[in-house]
Amino acid sequence: MGQQQVKEIILKIIETIAPDADLSDVKSDVRLRDQLDMDSMDFLDIVMELRKRYKVEVPKEDYMQLETLDSCAAYLAPKFEAVAAS
Amino acid sequence: MARDRLDGVRDHYDVIVIGAGLAGMTSANNLAKCGRSVLLLEQHYNFGGMATWFRRKGGHIFDISLHGFPIGMIKSCRKYWTREIADCIVQLKGIVFDNPQFQLKTPFDRADFTRILVERFGIAPETVESFFDTARRMDFYDDQSMTTRELFEKFFPGRSDVVRLLMEPITYANGSTLDDPAITYGIVFSNFMSRGVYIFQGGTDKLIQMMRQEMVRTGVDLRKQVQVERIVVEDGRACGVIANGRRISAGAVLSNANLKTTVEKLVGPEHCPDELLEETRAVRLNNSSCQVYMGIKKGERIDYIGDLLFTSVSDVFDTKAMCARDVTSRTFSMYYPDTRPGSDRYAIVSSTNANWNDWANLSPEDYQRDKAHLIETTLAALEKYVPDIRSKLDHVEASTPVTFHHYTQQMHGSTFGTKFEGLKVSMDLPNHIPGLFHAGSVGIIMSGWLGAINYGVIVANELETYMFEQARTGGHDDTISTTEPMRS
Repeated sequence: MGQQQVKEIILKIIETIAPDADLSDVKSDVRLRDQLDMDSMDFLDIVMELRKRYKVEVPKEDYMQLETLDSCAAYLAPKFEAVAAS
Repeated sequence: MARDRLDGVRDHYDVIVIGAGLAGMTSANNLAKCGRSVLLLEQHYNFGGMATWFRRKGGHIFDISLHGFPIGMIKSCRKYWTREIADCIVQLKGIVFDNPQFQLKTPFDRADFTRILVERFGIAPETVESFFDTARRMDFYDDQSMTTRELFEKFFPGRSDVVRLLMEPITYANGSTLDDPAITYGIVFSNFMSRGVYIFQGGTDKLIQMMRQEMVRTGVDLRKQVQVERIVVEDGRACGVIANGRRISAGAVLSNANLKTTVEKLVGPEHCPDELLEETRAVRLNNSSCQVYMGIKKGERIDYIGDLLFTSVSDVFDTKAMCARDVTSRTFSMYYPDTRPGSDRYAIVSSTNANWNDWANLSPEDYQRDKAHLIETTLAALEKYVPDIRSKLDHVEASTPVTFHHYTQQMHGSTFGTKFEGLKVSMDLPNHIPGLFHAGSVGIIMSGWLGAINYGVIVANELETYMFEQARTGGHDDTISTTEPMRS
C-alpha cells in the first residue's frame, strides 16, 4: 500500500471521529493536533479504528508516530504491507 | 423461588465487565462494537453506578450526580455512545458563588473567569492568562511533586479568595484538595474551564435508558442484581468470575468496581503478587458525600436563582472543613422543570463532601439524629436563597457515606474513587495479573462523568490490544510474564 493511500485512510478515520472538522486543506507536514483541534482521545480513536478496520496494531510507545499525515504514512505503510502479507 | 438473574447466560464470553457505572458501560459498549462477546454484570437494580437517580411518592425524582460536567461530554458521548445522547447535552449558565469573601454569578467559562479575576479581584490580565495557559498545558507526564496549593501560591500569592473561586467547584466535582498534585487540578480545571458546565436534558434516568438501548443494539449481555463474588485467577491470569455462585469463564475481565475492592476482595490476597497488593493497600480512597434531596410540591414553583450554587459560611476556603460533619459549605443543585422537558416539577439537591468515619460507626439512634440535623441545617441554609422552602416542599430525605456504600458497594462510600496514586495501580493491573483490567473513578483526573467515560474507552483499548495479542500468539505470548512472584 502506498503512502498516499495511508493518508487517505487516516483522513477517512478522522472524518468519522470529528465530523465537523474541515479536512479539505489538511497539511501533510503539520501536526494534526495543531490543525484540527484534536486531543489525546481522538488519537486513541485513530488507533482503535486502525485495529478494528485494518487489523493494524499501534503499540502505545509509537502513538507519537501519528503526529502528522506524513509521519502516519511513513510509519503505517509497512504495517499495512505486513498485514496484507500475512 | 427467586428469579435466576443469570438465566440464559453462557458459560464463556470474550470479556466480562464487573459493574455498570459509566466507565464499565462505556467499556462494555466499546468492546461489543469491536465484535467481542461481552457480559456486563451489575449488583444494583439500576445501571449507571453513581450516575443514578431515584423516585419518591408524589411524583418526585432526584438525580444524584447529574449537575454538571464539562463540554467534552458532548464529543465523548457522540463518539462512544450515540448522536442522540450527545444531542441532549445542554449548558447550565447560572453558576453562583456566595461566601463571606465574594458573591458572583458566572457562566463558568474562560472568558468570564478572566473578566472576574481582572475586574473584581484586581489580578493582572497577564497573570490570569499565564495561569490558564499553565493549567491547560499540564499533562499526566508532568512533574507530580508540585501541589495545587503551591500552584496557586505561585500565581496568586496570599489570595485565598482567588483560590476559593478557582478551587471550590473542582472540589465539589471530584473531591480533590489543595494537597493533591497540581497536574490533577490543571487537567480537570482546563477541561471544565474552557466552555462552561453542562447537564443531560431529560435526566439521569433517560441517559441510562438510552445507553442501555445502545448496549442492547451492540449486543452486550446485560444482567443486573448479580453479585460478583470472585474474579477467577488461574496460572496468574484472570479467566472468569464467580457470580451468584456460578462460574463464568472469559478471555479477559474488566472490573468497574472500586480499585481496592477489585484487588483486595475480588481477586484476593492469595492470588495477588505481593507488589500489587502493597501498592493497592497504599492507595488512598477519595472522600464520600452527604446529600439532602428536597422535592417541591406539585403546583409550586421556584424563581430562577441560578443552576448550581456554591455556598459557604466559612471565612476562608478549606478542603478539610468541607468534609467535616459540622458543615460550612454546601452546593445546591437546582433542578427546574426544563431538566426534564414536559415536566412541571422542581427539585433541589444539596451536596457536601463527607468522611466515612464520621458516619459509619454511629448507633442507629445517633445516625438518625445526625441525619435529621443534616436536613434541618440544610433547610436553614437554603432559606437564604429560597425563603419559603419549608412550605414549598413535601418530601425531604438525606443520604450519607453509609447510603452511598450501601447502593454502590464503593469502599467507605467513596463518591470520587481513589486519590492520584490509584491511577498508576489501575493502569498497571494487567502487568501484574494478565487478563485483568480496571476502569472507574481513579486518580482524580479519571473521576466524574467525563473522566469515567474516557477512562472506559482507554481501558477498552488496552483490553483489545491484549485480546489481539492473545489471538496472534495463540495465547502463548511471551511478552507478558506469567511468572510473577505469587503470594504463598
